[in-house]
Amino acid sequence: MWRYLIPLALFVVVAAFLLRGLNLHPNEVPSALIGKQIPEFALPTLADADAKIGSQDIAGKIALVNVWATWCIECRHEHGFLITLAKSGMPIYGLNLKDDRPAALGWLASLGNPYVASAFDADGTVALDWGVTAAPETFLIGRDGKVLFKHISPLTAQVWQHDFLPLIQAQCRASDAGCPRLTALAAR
Amino acid sequence: MTRFLTISVAVLLATALHAADDATFDDPALAQRYWGLIREIRCPLCMNESIADSGAPVAADLRREVHRLLVEGKSDDEIKDFMSSRYGDFILYRPRVTPLTYALWGGPFVLVVVGSLVFWRILRARRNQPLGEDEPS
Amino acid sequence: MIPEIGQFSLVLALCLALVQATLPLAGAATGRADWMALARPAAAGQFVFIVIAFATLEYAFLNDDFSVLFVAQHSNSALPAFYKFTAAWGGHEGSMLFWITVLAIWTLAVAAGSRSQPEEFASRVLGVLGIVSAGIIAFALFTSNPFIRLAPTPADGNDLNPLLQDPGMIIHPPTLYVGYVGMAVPFAFAVAALLTGRLDKNWAKWTRPWTVAAWIFLTCGITLGSWWSYYELGWGGWWFWDPVENSSFMPWLLATALLHSLAVTERRGIFKSWTVLLAIAAFSLSLLGTFLTRSGVLVSVHAFAADPTRGLFILGLLAAYSGGPLLLYAFRARSLEAEGGFKLVSREAFLLANNILLVIAAVTVLFGTLSPLIVDALGYGKISVGPPYFDAMFLLPMLPLAVLLGVGMHSIWRTMSGASLLQRLVWPAGIAAALGVTVPLIFYGHASLLTSVASVVGLWVCAAALLDPLRKWVLREGAPLTRAQIGMCLAHFGVGVFILGATFVSAYTVETEVSARAGEHFQVGGYDFLFRGVKPVESANFSAEEGEFEVRKGGRLVTVLASQQRVYRVQQTPTTEAAIDSRIGRDVFVALSKPVGDNAWAARIQVKPLIRFLWLGPLLMALGGIFTVLDRRYRLAIRESTVPSRSAAAPGST
Repeated sequence: MWRYLIPLALFVVVAAFLLRGLNLHPNEVPSALIGKQIPEFALPTLADADAKIGSQDIAGKIALVNVWATWCIECRHEHGFLITLAKSGMPIYGLNLKDDRPAALGWLASLGNPYVASAFDADGTVALDWGVTAAPETFLIGRDGKVLFKHISPLTAQVWQHDFLPLIQAQCRASDAGCPRLTALAAR
Repeated sequence: MTRFLTISVAVLLATALHAADDATFDDPALAQRYWGLIREIRCPLCMNESIADSGAPVAADLRREVHRLLVEGKSDDEIKDFMSSRYGDFILYRPRVTPLTYALWGGPFVLVVVGSLVFWRILRARRNQPLGEDEPS
Repeated sequence: MIPEIGQFSLVLALCLALVQATLPLAGAATGRADWMALARPAAAGQFVFIVIAFATLEYAFLNDDFSVLFVAQHSNSALPAFYKFTAAWGGHEGSMLFWITVLAIWTLAVAAGSRSQPEEFASRVLGVLGIVSAGIIAFALFTSNPFIRLAPTPADGNDLNPLLQDPGMIIHPPTLYVGYVGMAVPFAFAVAALLTGRLDKNWAKWTRPWTVAAWIFLTCGITLGSWWSYYELGWGGWWFWDPVENSSFMPWLLATALLHSLAVTERRGIFKSWTVLLAIAAFSLSLLGTFLTRSGVLVSVHAFAADPTRGLFILGLLAAYSGGPLLLYAFRARSLEAEGGFKLVSREAFLLANNILLVIAAVTVLFGTLSPLIVDALGYGKISVGPPYFDAMFLLPMLPLAVLLGVGMHSIWRTMSGASLLQRLVWPAGIAAALGVTVPLIFYGHASLLTSVASVVGLWVCAAALLDPLRKWVLREGAPLTRAQIGMCLAHFGVGVFILGATFVSAYTVETEVSARAGEHFQVGGYDFLFRGVKPVESANFSAEEGEFEVRKGGRLVTVLASQQRVYRVQQTPTTEAAIDSRIGRDVFVALSKPVGDNAWAARIQVKPLIRFLWLGPLLMALGGIFTVLDRRYRLAIRESTVPSRSAAAPGST
């Protein structure tokens, strides 16, 4: 007699997974680099084609790496917040993706420059190593050089509070080394 | 997300970007592997398309990488590892065979075995029942 | 004003659906003839109001009424009138209204065609259809209302998605929906039988034509979708195992099993559990498809805008419409068991294997489709399951099925001599094996093991299907074939044709990507392509760059292919329009891509052998289905149903 309930039981199992699935986000794929060291790279800087910037410059402190470009419309939306973050003491490095150098420099000149330095990734190969799919994307790097978090789409205050700050505070609880001295706005 | 993507693609087209989508190989065996591989790699940004079928910039970049890696002599597995170490297993349309996917890859075989058992069980029961009379078709 | 009339009509339709869903069923349970008699008028009334609602939506589209939010989202004043009409089902809300309209048409048809059935049974069938209709209309009114107004009225609309601005839009979704939604009819018949507590050969005889009719539309709908995406999406693929594609394919697999299982129930009165469960499962998978495409649970290019609230509602409907009948089944299953013997070599045994293998195929596709969701839900991250998995695993049940198909066609009921069966089939098997191995080698010089096996199997199915027609028409032996038999041979021949197409396209397609400058030649797949260059083209709502290729074979001009890279002005989305030269033996496919470097354009060129077989095969299957439905025994039943007070069990019918 019980075997007649098998079809119903199978249906219930499937339905349970479908119900759970309604709360998942299949499009939000977490970065494959989380927990791993940042990829090694060496690129010319945006400001000066002869100067170089690479993974060793970023290591040793907690920092952000922000992927941006002038052709990326949404990057404009987060630019103001990035400036605020930079002013409050957070080191931000830029990865300028497949951009036009004069246009990018002009952009920073007119809208402000939140970056300690920007790497100029002309053909996007370094971005590929970082698992970048589009701009804007922002990576949080720990002081040991490991990727702590990646956020896709413009960075906002809510995302900063909810996702980035807790991770920074977790790392900085034990020791102060490499931690940014964040003032006022961001350190709430 | 798709909106900004399509706008940026249009902008890229309008500026006639330089990156040549060069899928030419001297060795036809490499070409064959290329077309097979780009169908197995998922575009990390799109709504379920392979990098072979997608017009997104990241898909073009990844195709270029596959081309480069093939020319460098990497094996199919090495190329797939290259992709998944950067984008996760999500980027592979052929799921890896790991303990996580044993059920996925083994499932159909199990089903065939179970199906065969079901078939024999039913047949054994029916064999012993009266055949009844033939009716006009 | 008009959209409000539409909304009000929909509310009235809901009320009538609720009447249809409750009173006839209560009437059947208590024996009240007056309540049972409400079923048909309620169905007719529901139909009228739903058509009015849909007509008002079309009116809003054709009159550019952008104060209606749905119209503003999916239309534009510059959109050609033809596409304004099809845009009604180009988005979620409108397509749900379309779903409802199609269900109303099926319900009306069932109401009209049910006069030969006992009133108690017919009112239950209509009652179940009323429950389905009420649930879906409620879903539309509460979560997906196409008549919502937008204030202030925008000057113009967002335009229809350019990919949908194509003639295929008029036939693919409607055909698919008629098939998809039509699965509700055998479902209703099955649930009504469970409620009545009686499921006999007559029940199978009533159910089968409806099932075949819905199956025909579903077959055509899926085929049209494959053909459409081939030429519209611009990359030359014809099936991607995308979750939305799978959503239509799984019901098809089970519907195929169902119509074969019904044959056994009709003939021997056994396999009742199989038939009932298949009928419930086929419609459940249809609903599951509706869920998957609209809830955001899986990622797909075909998916409508994701909304978990809507997903929850549909999941609730699914729980009611699947869980309910399955629970009912658990209670009634014992009474479905019937005696009827058969031996190993018999038509029943082959159809049992058919049922099992098709169910395995459907479960395989379901499991593969849901695996990313399952893995994520269990907390193990994100994986993808795509064509490499499905292409391989689908063959596991289907290749054996194709082999058995050829044999099973020639089996007889109850028992037969295995030796005589094999003896009959030696010639077709031998010819298939010989040709299947040699022909690919002769034409292409190489063949993998899988290609050889699949070619042999495809030819085997074709040969086995042609055996009886050849015998009867060429050799003039044996009794004349009934329409049902012709239909069976035709449909199975179509299966073989499809297998051959899939095998050759997969194994022998030649494709390449070129950087073309005007005046350059390319050799691809035995053809010479001369690029003539690119010129700009303007149209009503898009502007394009058109690239021309002269195609030659052996020096002679075959055709000129002009592919376009279009940008639709309103949405600014770039789309590729491929250019295709189709012959029965092969397609030549050219898709212009983008400009690269100095004066060169990237283009993809493909030569695809036997690709037309992919769609010719299923069309033959559908044609076979049409022959089956037109068979004399069903026309006999229809003729009887027009004579009042005659029951269905007349002596001349089977």
